Amino acid sequence: MNLNEEVEILKGVPIFAKMEQSKLKLMAFTGERMTFGTGQEVCHQGDPGDAMYVILGGVADVLLETPTGQMRVAELKKNGFFGETAILCDAPRNATIKASESLLTLKISKDMFYRLVTEFPTMAIEMMRELAHRVEDTNKKLQEATANKAA
Amino acid sequence: MQRNLFSYIWRHSRPEQLVILGLVVLAQVFYFLSLTVPKSVINNGIQGNAFKNTTTIPFLVWELDLSAFLPGKVIRFFDGFQVDQLTYLVVMSFVFLGAVIVNGQFKKSINTQKGRMGERMLRRLRYELYDRILRFPPAHFRKVKQAELATMVKDEVEPLGGFIGDAFVAPMFLGGQALTAIIFIMMQNVTLSIVVIVLLGVQMAIIPRLRRPVLILGRERQLSARLLAGRIAETADGVNEIHVHGSSNYERADISERLGHIFRIRFDLYNKKFIAKFWNNLLSQATPFAIYLLGGYFAITGKMDVGAVVGVLLAYKDLPSPIKELIDWDQQRQDVQIKYEQVIDQFQPEGMMPSELQALPEGPPPPFGRELALSGVTVSEDGSVKQLDSITLTVPTNAKLAVIGAGSSGKDILGQVLARLVLPSAGSIRIDGQDYFQLPEYVLGARSAYIGQETYLFPLSVRENLLFGLKHRPVAPAKYDAATQIVREAFWRESERAGNPALDPNADWIDYELAGASGPADLLACMVHALKQVEFDEDIYSLGLRGAIDATKRPDLAEKILEARHALHGRLQDPAYAGLIEPFNADQYNKNLSVAENLLFGTPVGKEFDGDNLAADPYVRSVLKETGLDQDLLRMGLSIAETMVELFSGLSPDNPLFEQYSFISADELPNVRLLLQRLGGKGVEAVPEADRPRLTTLPLRYVEARHRLGLIDTAMQDRLLAARRAFAAGLPAERHSAVEFYDFQRYNSAATLQDNILFGRLIYGQAQADTRVGTLVAEVLAELSLRDSVIDVGLEYNVGVAGKRLPATQRQKLGIARALIKRPQFLVVNEAVAVFDGRTQDRMRDNILAAAEGRGVVWIANRPSQAEPFDDIVVMQAGRIVAHGAPAELAAKGGLYTELMASA
Repeated sequence: MNLNEEVEILKGVPIFAKMEQSKLKLMAFTGERMTFGTGQEVCHQGDPGDAMYVILGGVADVLLETPTGQMRVAELKKNGFFGETAILCDAPRNATIKASESLLTLKISKDMFYRLVTEFPTMAIEMMRELAHRVEDTNKKLQEATANKAA
Repeated sequence: MQRNLFSYIWRHSRPEQLVILGLVVLAQVFYFLSLTVPKSVINNGIQGNAFKNTTTIPFLVWELDLSAFLPGKVIRFFDGFQVDQLTYLVVMSFVFLGAVIVNGQFKKSINTQKGRMGERMLRRLRYELYDRILRFPPAHFRKVKQAELATMVKDEVEPLGGFIGDAFVAPMFLGGQALTAIIFIMMQNVTLSIVVIVLLGVQMAIIPRLRRPVLILGRERQLSARLLAGRIAETADGVNEIHVHGSSNYERADISERLGHIFRIRFDLYNKKFIAKFWNNLLSQATPFAIYLLGGYFAITGKMDVGAVVGVLLAYKDLPSPIKELIDWDQQRQDVQIKYEQVIDQFQPEGMMPSELQALPEGPPPPFGRELALSGVTVSEDGSVKQLDSITLTVPTNAKLAVIGAGSSGKDILGQVLARLVLPSAGSIRIDGQDYFQLPEYVLGARSAYIGQETYLFPLSVRENLLFGLKHRPVAPAKYDAATQIVREAFWRESERAGNPALDPNADWIDYELAGASGPADLLACMVHALKQVEFDEDIYSLGLRGAIDATKRPDLAEKILEARHALHGRLQDPAYAGLIEPFNADQYNKNLSVAENLLFGTPVGKEFDGDNLAADPYVRSVLKETGLDQDLLRMGLSIAETMVELFSGLSPDNPLFEQYSFISADELPNVRLLLQRLGGKGVEAVPEADRPRLTTLPLRYVEARHRLGLIDTAMQDRLLAARRAFAAGLPAERHSAVEFYDFQRYNSAATLQDNILFGRLIYGQAQADTRVGTLVAEVLAELSLRDSVIDVGLEYNVGVAGKRLPATQRQKLGIARALIKRPQFLVVNEAVAVFDGRTQDRMRDNILAAAEGRGVVWIANRPSQAEPFDDIVVMQAGRIVAHGAPAELAAKGGLYTELMASA
């Protein structure tokens, strides 16, 4: 898989969706490609997050740590991504991600991301727009939910 | 050391001075001969005076003329050869030549002997000064600057070497010459000679007086230069403080002030020097003035004939030069005497250690005493502030004792007193009743150990630093071959002539017994053990993996590492380790190596094929041209340039991404962009010749697995492999040493141990690949029992100036290991673990205590809680012991102990 394919996958990540092609390419180029073997953990719930991952190939399980043990709540496949909040704020990982088969990812570290954003403020604006939409969306859903509950 | 330079010189070089003096006297005979022979050549040989009445005269007559005692009695041993005028001329000319040669030989011999004697004395003096530095009282180093000491030993005594050869010979020789001339003048006319003598006396009295200020200024100049050296060293030492506080201009002011001061001294010196010279010239012309005036008067009045006056003038002509040289010599004498005194004064501080305490031990060190008794020990720097105040304490040398107290309680001074680093200003310390300060240093060094808060490391290997405390005497001489042995012995004889010890630093100085080893063979185990005790073995192991060995010097280890390589590659077949390492395969393109590395397929030795030199190398270029790869590289270069311009345009030049990721530097990017614009999408053919080298070098650093630009497809791989083979096949024989090719069956001396074991590259982007491979390598090495050998290689790591190539914690660990490897009977740990974090501090304490099982430890605690495992605790406050006893007793009493323990 070469750079251009990685760029296409990055485009699928909502917060990057509106960014210029060349910036995404730079992000892909400076990102680190990481492979995880079956059963290897990509990140662990509760650990500080320092990077986001975009899945380029393979499958990963999303696991929640519960008092009774790990609970599989979702599965991530090619074009999937996780940890995007980690590169925006210092939130701890809210789930454990484990490769359920050989997993190829593109790792975009927080430092790298910040450097790009400070260099190209338009990137930040695009992201703000996307995040605002999401908040709007969530608010709407919340209103609907409370309305339903009331009814 | 004598304060008088002359007695110092005379004492140490008397026989040599006498030999040289003898040679000088003997040389006069031939000098005289070389002066008289020309007279005979002219009178007899050329003008034929002796041949007026006869055709031949006897030559080389050997007779003893006794006519002075027995009239007419001449004993003739040999009648000589009869020679005619021409033969005489030839023979006498050769005699003249012979005399000149012999005279020259004498001069050469005298000068070399003088030189050798001077250099020997200089060597002796320097050695004695250095010897004194080793015996300075520790407190003295707080007063002198190291750079000043170095300047004194190195520069300031240097002129002494030149003077020493002439110290006695010159005045004798010059004085003799001057005396002869004066006697000659005296024979012509007594009155005149008295006038000459008086005038000379005036000169010799006044000129040195005129020159005295010059000498005093010279002394000031020397002192100020020494201070300048010290000041510059201070700047270097404190450069971080200067930067951090932004006070560089204050430093500039200080240096400018000093340089101005030096300028004033030096300029004054010129003034005084030329004033002295003026009077000197005037006075030396006063004598001929007197001879003209008085001699003329005598001649006119008829008391002296004109011939005698001319004779006196001629004799006087010979006088000024020896007199002047004598005066010069005298000035030089005063000058070096001052220099010598100034240096010597700095090297006789009070309280120097007697040299006997540092005498070379004859055998293994005797055991340390059983009990140290401090009585009324007081330490006070200036007499008023007492850092220790009347400490009376008995410490059995096998006891475990903790000392606690606040930072200013004087506990650290107590530790230093116990290590003899600080001398008490009052009170006494006895070891088994003997004065502790009379214990020879090597006994203290071998049987006790001290670890302070900071460790000084010598700029040598870790091994040399670790074993430093075991080197008290040479235990086995170095082995030399017969030829070298002769050279070495001559070297030592010369050392002894100069009063230096004939000790061989190449000998084996390691006291194996002290380390618990029986010889060089099992020393490594002891070193590894000591490193483990301070948790430093893992770091040294890592250094070892990153170190290299020369297979020709250590074939056994190279062989073993090859075994490890085979074992590792066997293990890599396991699917669990698949995708970790891409092995070096001569027939495959390695995607985790750069293009350049793939071409070279080996480790560059030296600079020839290293880094960017590769692309510039004519041979490499010819290979690239032949294989047609130059066009491919150009194409790849163009492609990389386009991508870089696309990716990095608009990024500010100081963005770290440039450094980290770009193939093209920020400065160069605009040029490359211009080039691409000019090309306007036309192919590589359109690239101007001048820009080709730059583009061709770009892909050399390209690593397919890392950069992922998809530039190297299968066809390209094959072409690169072809170029790799062409490079190896055609490499000129004389350049084979510039690259060590990858060969699975051969050890690569140019690569690190780790690279030799891996024989491949870690594949990019494998999660935790480092740790997994690291563990795998460790396992393989453990199976082959090679871990210690790797540590052995790691021990060769050079720690740099003052150990600065190691982080502070590792320096301290090495310092502790250096103390522990001696297995000291009595160990003083003076807040030595303070540099570590809290948990490591406690672990280190436990490790040290475990290592010192059955032996004594005085633990000066940086935190009171560290005293917890000790049964005997001393509590200090304001330089005094306020409590001493078992923890339970102290706790019962309460007070400071409870307070300290609560605060911890």
